[in-house]
Amino acid sequence: MIRYSLKRLLSLVLSLAIASVVIFAVIEVAPGDPASFMLGVNAQEDTLAALRAELGLDVSKAHRYLAWVTGMLSGDFGTSYTYRTPVAEMISDRLWVSLPLALFALALSTLIAFPAGIYAAARRGKAGDMAVMGATQLGVAIPNFWFAMMLVLIFAINLRWFGAGGFAGWDDGLWVGLHSLTLPAIALALPQAAILARVMRSALLDILGEDFMRTARAKGLSRRQALWRHGVRNAMIPVLTIIGLQFSFLLAGSIIIEQVFYLPGLGRLVFQAISSRDLIVVESVVMLLVFAVITVNFLVDLAYALVDPRLRSRT
Amino acid sequence: MSRNLVLGGLLSSLVALAALVSFVWTPFDYAAIDIPNKLKTPTGEHWLGTDHFGRDMMSMLMVGARTSLAVALVAVGIGMGLGVPLGLTAAARKGSWLDEVIMRGNDLVFAFPSLVIAILITAVFGAGAVNAIIAIGIFNIPVFARITRGAALSLWEREFILAARVAGKSSARISAEHILPNVMNLLIVQGTIQFSLGILAEAGLSYVGLGAQPPTPSWGRMLADAQTMVSFAPHLALIPGFAIILTVLGLNLMGDGLRDWLDPRLRVART
Amino acid sequence: MSLLQIHNLSLSIHAFDVLKGVSLTIAPGEIVAVTGESGSGKSMTALAVMQLLPDSTRITGSITLDGVDLLTQSEGQMCAVRGAAVGMIFQEPMTALNPVKTIGDQVMETILIHKALPKDQALARTIEVLDRVGLPTDRFPLSRFPHELSGGQRQRVVIAMAIALRPKLLIADEPTTALDVTTQAQILDLLKGLAKEYGMGLLMITHDLAVVADMADQITVMRHGEVIETGATQRLLRDMQHPYTRMLFEASNHQVTLPTVQDQTPLLTVQNVVRDYRLPRTKLFATPGHHRAVDHVSFTLNQGERLGLVGESGCGKSTLTRAILGLEPVQSGQIQMQGQSVFTGHSPNLAVRRDMQVVFQDPFGSFNPRHRVDRLVTEPFHLLDTPPKGQERSDLIAETLLAVGLSASDATKYIHEFSGGQRQRIAIARALIIRPQLILFDEAVSALDVSVRAQILDLLVELCEAYNLTYLFISHDLSVVRTVTDRVLVMKSGQIVEQGETEQVFSNPQHPYTASLIAAAPQLPELHALQSEHS
Repeated sequence: MIRYSLKRLLSLVLSLAIASVVIFAVIEVAPGDPASFMLGVNAQEDTLAALRAELGLDVSKAHRYLAWVTGMLSGDFGTSYTYRTPVAEMISDRLWVSLPLALFALALSTLIAFPAGIYAAARRGKAGDMAVMGATQLGVAIPNFWFAMMLVLIFAINLRWFGAGGFAGWDDGLWVGLHSLTLPAIALALPQAAILARVMRSALLDILGEDFMRTARAKGLSRRQALWRHGVRNAMIPVLTIIGLQFSFLLAGSIIIEQVFYLPGLGRLVFQAISSRDLIVVESVVMLLVFAVITVNFLVDLAYALVDPRLRSRT
Repeated sequence: MSRNLVLGGLLSSLVALAALVSFVWTPFDYAAIDIPNKLKTPTGEHWLGTDHFGRDMMSMLMVGARTSLAVALVAVGIGMGLGVPLGLTAAARKGSWLDEVIMRGNDLVFAFPSLVIAILITAVFGAGAVNAIIAIGIFNIPVFARITRGAALSLWEREFILAARVAGKSSARISAEHILPNVMNLLIVQGTIQFSLGILAEAGLSYVGLGAQPPTPSWGRMLADAQTMVSFAPHLALIPGFAIILTVLGLNLMGDGLRDWLDPRLRVART
Repeated sequence: MSLLQIHNLSLSIHAFDVLKGVSLTIAPGEIVAVTGESGSGKSMTALAVMQLLPDSTRITGSITLDGVDLLTQSEGQMCAVRGAAVGMIFQEPMTALNPVKTIGDQVMETILIHKALPKDQALARTIEVLDRVGLPTDRFPLSRFPHELSGGQRQRVVIAMAIALRPKLLIADEPTTALDVTTQAQILDLLKGLAKEYGMGLLMITHDLAVVADMADQITVMRHGEVIETGATQRLLRDMQHPYTRMLFEASNHQVTLPTVQDQTPLLTVQNVVRDYRLPRTKLFATPGHHRAVDHVSFTLNQGERLGLVGESGCGKSTLTRAILGLEPVQSGQIQMQGQSVFTGHSPNLAVRRDMQVVFQDPFGSFNPRHRVDRLVTEPFHLLDTPPKGQERSDLIAETLLAVGLSASDATKYIHEFSGGQRQRIAIARALIIRPQLILFDEAVSALDVSVRAQILDLLVELCEAYNLTYLFISHDLSVVRTVTDRVLVMKSGQIVEQGETEQVFSNPQHPYTASLIAAAPQLPELHALQSEHS
């Protein structure tokens, strides 16, 4: 188990290192000089040079890469080209919107998908299964941001149960914050829940065909008992893979959904940064997103080992 | 089960037909602004109504289908064209450093969701439909590489592959002659699924402005434009939304139907 | 009074008749064997008793256990019967256990699901039954997971689960088919002992007539869903009424006579061959260990000789076979065909490869389903510098298909149109078509029904006569190797522990391992001796 975790950890660090090089390299390709962009075309050569030095642009690329990475490791993401404020501060404010939103959506999606998938598998081929499968078929096809607009139209504009947008912040308590994230989270979660429920169902159906399920029935377990006691945990192996993948979709999705609800999250930050060519902000946000995805997949790998004893004793 | 195939095929070809017809005919010029007729709900003249500039929704929808299908199709092409050979190579050299490099590379690409790739590309090169194609295409590569490798690996264990090796055939030749034809069905099915995901992704990207740029109509941007008017002109949001849903639904149904149709063993197992 | 009485049981799945009027009875403590070839419906009979049938099954007749007709029981009532009154063991121990639960939990579940005992006593009973089946908790703690056990040990766990509540009836569906002979002997002994000790009826489903003759009190022979013949073992062996039964027993012990060859020219020489596999590291910074699959193996195969290679699973015979075929590199030693090495550097030597062909075990996985027979059998042409074309090619295909007992018109068919036995003939045609000097038969008849196996063995003899074949026959089945080889190698843990003339090795084994293998293999009694009074 320790060996397995260490190996995964090593691959996590390696992935992050390579990802950071890729991101840095792509941003480096960008044409134009941030300093002249910031100061405008009429800037004096010496002011430009001073600004370059201030931004750390006057050294070699390798040097700049190292400075960027070591800076991030100590929490320093550099200074925004546009706002001249520390990027770390800008990001951490926004992160408190985007991350809770993605986690909220992940929780919702799992809570909906597991029972739905298990229910459908247990009633394979019957009306209940057909209903769940039909609903998920539709759920998979709905774009989450469009679904979000429909939610706003129904629950915010017509029923006035929720605000149409904006974020109340966490200062007035957890519930106030969660309340303003509820519609966005539902919009994100439902299409993902449809996918997850389908995966859960098909993983369970695969397992129903396994020999050990027949053994369980031969011991005197009813269909339902066999499904719960022997099916669900084995089905978790493919389901965990999808949950890991879903987190990255949810994080990316939350960036889009933020636009529907005018939420001050990472999405807003990064789109503003793109339009103002504030590349250092883009670079940092992208790195942060990739870091989140890689880390979640690392956690999923660890969860595999908890579910599957064969992994614990193997490499 | 062939009901899925027929229904899915019909929906998908309807969208494809609309996209093709738009090259030669649309009810109106999709870019023609007609302010007096703005925000019309569906009428006999404007079948699907008009937007806030009085542009004909039907025409925009048809041309938008062109954008969606083209982006998704090319992206799937990129994913298959690069992913399948990579997957075949990794499987043929299972356990070697090459396999390891390909698979680790795949994991790494998986860490960059399409949106993140699109953000990076747009930040550096500016916005455009090509960004969406590249972003979705790159994300498709590991999808196809993994699925190809997985299926190929189990085939490599089969005795007919051993027999081919005993007949002195190289692994490249075996991959082309025995492995690829036997994973083709799987790839076709996955291709349909990725195609539908591509359409969703394209809509999302153009919604946030990372995809096709004006004046090229796209379903995602039509939705972005509709957002501020959703309270008094909901049809502006409903119509492109339904277009996306029906297209994706059609492709998914077709994928399911194809899977059953191409693999008779599953026909029994899945009912 | 009988414990189990199956009366006039008919069963159909999707309008396909699987069982037709099957009747059979089992008394307490009695061992009844149901035997037959694949498709005979013997496993379905077992599953019908458990009522674990596919949803679309239609069933008529009666299955009476202890005076209760199981066919009239509700699903809930059946759940109370399964595992408590009737236990069941399956064929594939590797997949019969849940991989994510400990063996203790899985055995105890049988007791707890029936609420037969409170939890602490259930634990005690679990320890007791595991001990009884030969897995004492001091060596096999309850916290073990299935993947930490061998196939035979897993089968013991499955048996423990089935007998934990001392059922009156135990059903064993091919319980030893997936196991090695020595393990098989132990498991059969265990089952016999348990039936006697608990006074359990044992319904044993098996295709292996030697096993049947060895342990059953009653035998029921089935074919195409019907009972062909049934009777007490000794009486049935002495006096078989139905020609099918006779054919089945004769085919199981089919003897062939190979044409004699006198040639001492060495064809294949294997010298000191070693093949290691790297094991995964057990400690983070330790050098990884090695598993030596083939350990300094040397032997010579002469022109025209039929050599056998026997051994249990994991003994290294498959690895050795692949090494000879040049499919796997060896760490040291030499494999040469007529003085030429099969491996040059890192790539196989194609000049040698064309003199060698192979027939594999699985008649279903050996062919690309998308190609026609003519393309399948001509695949080895790839090895030739000038492969035959046009008329010459089709003549050669026709000739070879005829030689293996098929017809020339079969060339245009796809592989799914053939039965298992016919496919194995096609596999032999593929090996034969370039007239190799040496053919390797890798468990080539192991997956076949006995009657088909007998036909393939006859075909081998015909081919030996017609083409003067030299072959290496790799198999775990001692009785087959005994009849189709001149000389035999016995392999254990990567080493050849004994080699010699086949008859000599079998009648007078020198190595204790060979002796134990021969002793463990169940043997059919000499039918002619038994039947002498009848005829």
